[in-house]
Amino acid sequence: MYEFNYHQPTSLDEVARLLGANEEAKIVAGGMTLVPTLKFRLAKPSDLVDLVGISSLRGITDAGDALVIGAMTRHAEVERSPLVKQGIPALAALAHVIGDPAVRNRGTIGGSISNNDPAADYPAAVVGLGGTVQTTRREIAADNFFTGMFETALDRTEIVTAVRLPKPQAACYMKFKNPASRYAIVGVFVARTGGGVRVAVTGAGPCVFRVPEMEAALARSFTPDAIKDIAIPQDGLNSDIHASAEYRAHLVGVMARRAVAGCG
Amino acid sequence: MQKTVSLTVNGKPVSATVEGRTLLVQLLREQLGLTGTHVGCDTSQCGACVVHVDGEAVKACTLLAVQADGHSVLTIEGVATGDTLHPMQEAFRNNHALQCGFCTPGMVMSALDLVKNNPNPTEREIREYLEGNLCRCTGYHNIVLAIAEGAAVMRGEPAPNVYGTAAE
Repeated sequence: MYEFNYHQPTSLDEVARLLGANEEAKIVAGGMTLVPTLKFRLAKPSDLVDLVGISSLRGITDAGDALVIGAMTRHAEVERSPLVKQGIPALAALAHVIGDPAVRNRGTIGGSISNNDPAADYPAAVVGLGGTVQTTRREIAADNFFTGMFETALDRTEIVTAVRLPKPQAACYMKFKNPASRYAIVGVFVARTGGGVRVAVTGAGPCVFRVPEMEAALARSFTPDAIKDIAIPQDGLNSDIHASAEYRAHLVGVMARRAVAGCG
Repeated sequence: MQKTVSLTVNGKPVSATVEGRTLLVQLLREQLGLTGTHVGCDTSQCGACVVHVDGEAVKACTLLAVQADGHSVLTIEGVATGDTLHPMQEAFRNNHALQCGFCTPGMVMSALDLVKNNPNPTEREIREYLEGNLCRCTGYHNIVLAIAEGAAVMRGEPAPNVYGTAAE
């Protein structure tokens, strides 16, 4: 690992000042992706700005028709939260299958979505639920937040403060995981919401995406059979030693049908 | 950047000078001489480096030493009471839950984290909880039995007779 200066500010103003003063500074949330990245020398930040000291970024609140989850809330907290289990049980179930227990004790929702790994789980939930990402400057609809592989709508000095997730009528996340890394080879989040049915796919492509054909078919008939003939084109999907694009395309259909069935 | 960190390790206050990039596991092993915490994969997969920070299991190879500044760390060396093994360690011994022993410290620390959150885990829950702890001797069977026994003893129950034979 290359050497860097470590900071642990206690206010967002101080974070902004540190990021402004150091062009090559990077933010660390839980560090479950960034620390391994640094160890591989795939990144060389001059400064590491740790958000752990900013208590306002942590916690889960019930806003009636939605849950608001602070950016520094850890996966283990989401997994065990009575508010989440009651309001969006599919989200607690999703948090339970991220990484492993020790990773879930450190990794955060804000870190996960800001990093936007193509195989991360949370982007599927945030898009699938039609959530809103709150930052130090604005609110960004989930559909506009995730812009590409490891890319988001965030500016360099803009920080996710919380994620607002509307409570669905029903939702389910089904994940076909890589057994070694526990990342999603394909994960599909299906939600019946006030605004219609949403189907969000992670792991299959360079970035989380929705499947409008499935959403329309499920709006007509919310059954696994309604989407059994919808084929996902393999063009542009990820292909690696773990799964070909063709296989991933097939898995999207399988996971989507299981998720619809899992909505009960 | 050199920084002095002060933390509690196995109940004792400790200070050390580290770099920003020093990992918690390096501080424990190389500076404090606590070599019971192992480095297996160094990529947060294997769990040989699991320790508790403020009572929660973490992978010490994926935490910076500066991130433990001001916090309380428990390693495998702090689990026993003097010469008396912790019930979970005793259960690993009873069940021959190790072959080479390299993964054992991390297994025990993860097992204690599981039992803290779930005092009466099912076999399936134990297996799921060990997702981040790899044993390359492929000895999971006895590890799972040991954790079930350790959990039972920690609940104050007699050790279950998992083999269905008379205990010697």
